[in-house]
Amino acid sequence: MTWERWSYALAAVLLAVAGIAVSMYRQAHTGIPLMPDDERRVWQIEARVEFIANGEPAEVLLTLPPAQDGFLVLSESGASSGFGFTVDRAGPQRRAHWTKRSASGQQVLFYQMDLVEDPQHKITPIAPEWNGEAYFAGPYTTAASEVLNDFLPKSTGAKSLADQLVQAINTEPLSQNMQLLRQGHDAAPLISALLSRAGTAARTVKALQLEDGRRHQPLHDYVQVWHEEDWLLYDPERGRLDETEHLLLWQTGTPSVFDVVGGRRSQVSFSMTSQTQSALSLSRLTSSPFDLSLHDLPIAEQGMFKLIMTLPVGALVVVFMRLVVGIRTSGTFMPVLIALTFVQTELLAGMIGLVIVVGFALLLRSYLSSLNLLLVARIATLVVVVIALVLVLAVVSYRLGLISGLAITFFPMVILAWTVERMSILWEEEGAGEAMVQGTGSLVVAVCAYATMSLPIVRHLAFNFPELNLLVLAGILLLGRYTGYRLTELVRFLPLAKREAE
Amino acid sequence: MNLFASPWALRKRGVVGMNRRNFELIGTYNDRRSYPLVDNKLFTKRLAAKAGIPMPTLLGELSRQFEVEKISGRIGTLDQFVIKPAQGSGGRGILVIGGRKDGQCVKTNGEPVTTAQIKHLLTNIISGLYSLGGGPDSAIIESLVVASEMFEQISVGGVPDVRVVVFQGYPIMAMLRLGTLKSEGKANLHQGGIGVGLDLTNGESLGAVQHNRCITHHPDSGVSLDGIRIPEWKSLLALACRCFDATGLGYLGCDIVMDAKAGPLLLEMNARPGLAIQIANDCGLERRLQAIRDRVAFAPSVDERVAFALDGLGGVAS
Repeated sequence: MTWERWSYALAAVLLAVAGIAVSMYRQAHTGIPLMPDDERRVWQIEARVEFIANGEPAEVLLTLPPAQDGFLVLSESGASSGFGFTVDRAGPQRRAHWTKRSASGQQVLFYQMDLVEDPQHKITPIAPEWNGEAYFAGPYTTAASEVLNDFLPKSTGAKSLADQLVQAINTEPLSQNMQLLRQGHDAAPLISALLSRAGTAARTVKALQLEDGRRHQPLHDYVQVWHEEDWLLYDPERGRLDETEHLLLWQTGTPSVFDVVGGRRSQVSFSMTSQTQSALSLSRLTSSPFDLSLHDLPIAEQGMFKLIMTLPVGALVVVFMRLVVGIRTSGTFMPVLIALTFVQTELLAGMIGLVIVVGFALLLRSYLSSLNLLLVARIATLVVVVIALVLVLAVVSYRLGLISGLAITFFPMVILAWTVERMSILWEEEGAGEAMVQGTGSLVVAVCAYATMSLPIVRHLAFNFPELNLLVLAGILLLGRYTGYRLTELVRFLPLAKREAE
Repeated sequence: MNLFASPWALRKRGVVGMNRRNFELIGTYNDRRSYPLVDNKLFTKRLAAKAGIPMPTLLGELSRQFEVEKISGRIGTLDQFVIKPAQGSGGRGILVIGGRKDGQCVKTNGEPVTTAQIKHLLTNIISGLYSLGGGPDSAIIESLVVASEMFEQISVGGVPDVRVVVFQGYPIMAMLRLGTLKSEGKANLHQGGIGVGLDLTNGESLGAVQHNRCITHHPDSGVSLDGIRIPEWKSLLALACRCFDATGLGYLGCDIVMDAKAGPLLLEMNARPGLAIQIANDCGLERRLQAIRDRVAFAPSVDERVAFALDGLGGVAS
């Protein structure tokens, strides 16, 4: 080995050592665990209120989640420039209160809170006050009474009545009375009103479904029923929910989720990420200069980075599959981009959607090629066709009740169009056989990259220890100098080795 | 039966793999800036003319649409010619006119071609329908190669050519490439063409492969592939050597055809020659590369390099 090669290898080793050393130091210093599971989950939740101010005094009230079982609040903040921020504790629920003397134009307010999941944390539920018989307006009163007349004799208490009502509201065909009631009411308020009319304490609540890396989520309606000195939670579609659901109650009482005075076109959306932290670091929660500040970013961006930080690992997989295994792919890094999309769409739905769209587009390509269009025009046509295909696929699968078909809309148009373009150029230049080989190769490599990128340990390390990317880089550099045989070449050159053996 | 070759056995036979080729041969000896010289056949032709390397005669080139309209005047006097894209690949967009019948052009298989069809093809070529990457291209009109009689018999559907791999100016390995029905007359091995390994010292056939399998007869014509001997072997090797002098590409593939009248003609060059030639010759490249590396310090003349090749590269290739 020459000096030049040694120095190259040395550089790679130094990179690897640097990456490992920094992450070990940080691990010791901050106590972020190396393994993802044996720790507690911390949710960072961000509510984002947007509105257009009218140029007069503006006031925004956002209802804050109540104290509840299973979650412990670590910290909260309402960072927003130019607005005064206080937390009102006067009402039944805490409310965040922003004020500004004069505001005009687009305004964005953030409320952030950190919650630890703690199954041991219980609060004593407050018994509801009997709020009198809930009224149904005019024609609905009779229908409600008749529905209750049907179910009351069959039920033993609040719980069984609620179970039966949820079932009835989700069973097609609806009874005539139920149909009438559904026309005037959403499912959740209807169930709670019926229960209240039957003399059971019940209320409609709004809750947030916690899912790692989600952005721009709305609140959903659920029903709470008072039963044996505790609140039971019902999903109006699925029935009773147990405590394993990651649901954060946000609003339980009468004040609305948010109010804006002095503004219009207001809306609120929620973003969240979760990370695991050891009890040690939770108790410390101090930021040190070595705590690389991915955690300090706004939550929506953190969700993005969770995805982006796994890209280097995907790139490493592609390098390995191409140089060591010898799978031919179309486009160098298209497989990583496809893998990235699979992470968002779920593997099976993503694969089926991709194969259908690319397959159809390629079929059409052969027709276009008989028209003798110029290459640029042909590919532009393909982009239009791809969009039409995605539309059809989304609508048809939705009509058929296959929600997963909608996953195709997660595919960034750019990646789809680019895939089709690459494949069709390949088809023109190398023929159908080669296009099939490289297309399949790309898909195989994409699945491998997806499998690696979605490993919990990889996701955890990539996000919490970004410096480990130096290790990935070292691996890529070393592979870049691999001059040995590829696995597929061992098959290709088999005749040469055979003659040797004879 | 083994599905995989042992890497050690391959290493022992000196087989060069894709990674080694890309890094140690193409990456080290080929300057990227010289690639257009071989990728664009028009540049190649100019370069060859300057260096005195014989190629099929350039009868005309078109790169603008208005020239297409006047094409009848230019080809009116020609009986036999070939139209091809300057930056084409894989044999697409090539039209071979073998003669005339009642004043109308006919392909080599007797099918008539109208002037309108020729114009249509030229328009497509110029607009980049067949060029690598789809950029605008030029169309080349060149003289038709008439294969010598012995080649006429062994190939199906196309003129066979000899691929010579030239390393640092020395021819180190060669094979004869034959078209088949399956490859639609194209001689590329991965498209189903036949590769016949050639003895570097005298141009005699060593054995033939198609799709990585050894064969003894042409699958379409049934002609025996044994005992083929390439005529004018020495001048063919000399021609390959001169290609290195003209391009400066240290690892180069030269495709050479044998014209019945003009002798060896350069058809095209390739800056990334494939590795299938090792299978056709049943021999790895490594030992031959090493023989040249050991020698390259002085820059000998074309004759000296050819003599070294005919001598079996100092014994390693015989």
